[in-house]
Amino acid sequence: MRLALLADIHANREAFEAVLARLATQRIDRVVLLGDIVGYGPDPEFCTEKAAELVDKGALAVIGNHDAAIDGDSSDMNARARAAIDFTRNRLGAEHRTFLAGLDDTATEGEAFFVHASARAPRSWEYVTGRPQAERSIRACPTRLSIVGHVHSPHLWRLNTAGVATGHVPVAGMEIPLAKSQVWLAVMGAVGQPRDGNPAAAYGILDLARGTLLFERAPYDHFTTARKVREAGLPHELADRLGRGR
Amino acid sequence: MGRMQLETGKTLDGFLIGEKIHQGGMAEIWDVSRPDVDVPLVMKIPLILDGDDPTMIVGFEQEQMILPRLSGPHVPKIFALGDFSIQPYIVMEKLEGDSLLPRFKSAPLPIDEVIDIGARVATGLASLHRQDVVHLDLKPSNIMFRPKNADGTGGDAVFIDFGLSRHLKLPDLLAEEFRVPMGTAPYIAPEQVLKLREEPRSDLFALGVLLYTLATGERPFGNPKHTTKALLRRLYEAPTPPRHIRKDIPAFLQEIILRCLEVRPERRHPTAEQLAFELRHPEQVGLTERASREKTHWLKNMLAGRFRAGDKAPISRLETYRHAATAPILMVAVDLSSEGVPLADPLRELAGRLLATAPDARLACVNVLKTAVIGIDQLTDADGTSLHVKRLVELKDWAAGMRLPPDRVTFHVLEGSDPAEVMNTFAVNNHVDHMIIGARGSGGVRRYLGSVSTALVAQSSCSVTVVRAKHHHDDGEDAE
Repeated sequence: MRLALLADIHANREAFEAVLARLATQRIDRVVLLGDIVGYGPDPEFCTEKAAELVDKGALAVIGNHDAAIDGDSSDMNARARAAIDFTRNRLGAEHRTFLAGLDDTATEGEAFFVHASARAPRSWEYVTGRPQAERSIRACPTRLSIVGHVHSPHLWRLNTAGVATGHVPVAGMEIPLAKSQVWLAVMGAVGQPRDGNPAAAYGILDLARGTLLFERAPYDHFTTARKVREAGLPHELADRLGRGR
Repeated sequence: MGRMQLETGKTLDGFLIGEKIHQGGMAEIWDVSRPDVDVPLVMKIPLILDGDDPTMIVGFEQEQMILPRLSGPHVPKIFALGDFSIQPYIVMEKLEGDSLLPRFKSAPLPIDEVIDIGARVATGLASLHRQDVVHLDLKPSNIMFRPKNADGTGGDAVFIDFGLSRHLKLPDLLAEEFRVPMGTAPYIAPEQVLKLREEPRSDLFALGVLLYTLATGERPFGNPKHTTKALLRRLYEAPTPPRHIRKDIPAFLQEIILRCLEVRPERRHPTAEQLAFELRHPEQVGLTERASREKTHWLKNMLAGRFRAGDKAPISRLETYRHAATAPILMVAVDLSSEGVPLADPLRELAGRLLATAPDARLACVNVLKTAVIGIDQLTDADGTSLHVKRLVELKDWAAGMRLPPDRVTFHVLEGSDPAEVMNTFAVNNHVDHMIIGARGSGGVRRYLGSVSTALVAQSSCSVTVVRAKHHHDDGEDAE
């Protein structure tokens, strides 16, 4: 079973399509959407419809904080994120909103566990940005392998046999064997708004049979997306960061 | 975790189990065979007893992760991996012969043999490092050699046991797994004592320990207990210079060995390639204070430390490893004839610029003494002065204006009837990363007859830059 892992699409049509085009050439059995299909980006309708279409065809999808905020509370978000949520709410119809609100908190496939932010209280949206957060999420995870997004910067954590979490910055294109003696937590980079200094869309491929994880990048036309962000009247900073990947 | 009892005559995943040929503290080695594989194979199985130290499992997983990613003559070829849920194993090509251990036990060895072993091991390490792997447990029992061919080729060093190794682009399963530093006490580099596991030059330190011991019969830092405290002494105590123990050790070899044993990785050779290059060209080793160092006074040594004035801590953070990208071996083909004169400045200028951008790069200046294809070569001129020496003097003069420090430039007069072939062979044998050659013109005749630079570009396996003297487009035959 080979799973494609897509986190934080954030209504970025160009990035989403670039990743899907790549996946068409890489033997994939199932797509997993790790949350935040919308928010920040200019194409929430397209991305929601595409996500719903993938789910109809068997994709797994979990809810992200931006997805949950469309029909819920966005008061704890920063000004830019809230502006984007207001923009997104106005663009989406009832069907889109039902789909997003109806997404599950978590999903599982074999020994892989999927959640948007942290396995510890999924709706608390804790960022796995360091050792304590990684250890908390790993300890709360029912399986030896969890996959999250939310941070927008790829990182691979593992709990060693002594119970200590150590991190690794993955190199794109290097297939990593997930050693059985360890408990793993993979933070996937973002498809639609990378923040690790590389503007290319980030995604991953998990091969459950072989026990390997591959972090990948797909370059896309971020100039077009940035232009659409500006034209939509969204905060310009949301456009500028796409080219910097920050 | 499943347990299986391996028995001669049984089959595991299609492999017929033969005799057990080695019983170690960490693993067993069995002869195995499979009908579709016609080379001798062995199966390595970790010794994992119930309730055992989990780090043993982790080390074996690390080896299973790293070995299949390595290729080339310096590692055993891998045929199959066994999953941990049933029976972990690695099936690999069987290497004939002994490890370096029995030979090591008869140290001190003849100087030529020490240098030969050093050059072969350094070349092997260069191959590992190019593939982003640091061995981190280099010692005689982990080094084997492929058979030498009749023509003198072959004899490559092969490394075994990657249980403590590190792949720089993969997670380090051994990070924070051990309380005491990992490795074999006499060979552990200072930065490994401080638990840094990302420094390829740690392997150069271990090779320095090996060469020191092969040359003198003594260990530079003794055989300390495997505790952090005992191992830390090597950060403060300098080893006795090898020539103090054995008088016939050449100065260049002491220079090389003591450079390998520097506390700070950045004071060692920048890359294994450059170390191999020095071992193959002893006459080109730039001698420093290390070469002439005499017996170290232990008190003075302790007071001064092994650090230069101003060093607060021995190693606080490692400088980034000078990868081959910043420490390349450049080669410039020098034409000493009158035709080469217009090209000399552009060649030196480009070489100088390349050296300036790569702080640890070194330049090999090469000239070819063309010999006749058939017949006896007249390599001594009428006055009896060796033409070879004369060329060497001219070559050094050619580069003098560049004012390069002696450890960044070497000079080589090669002989052969086909200059391009001779230079390419030199480049391959010495792992040259980039060749620079002048082209004397682009005129019609040369285009049809072929030039040295054209042949070099066509045959080369590394990057080649062809330098031309600037000329005006109204220059007669060159005008198109």
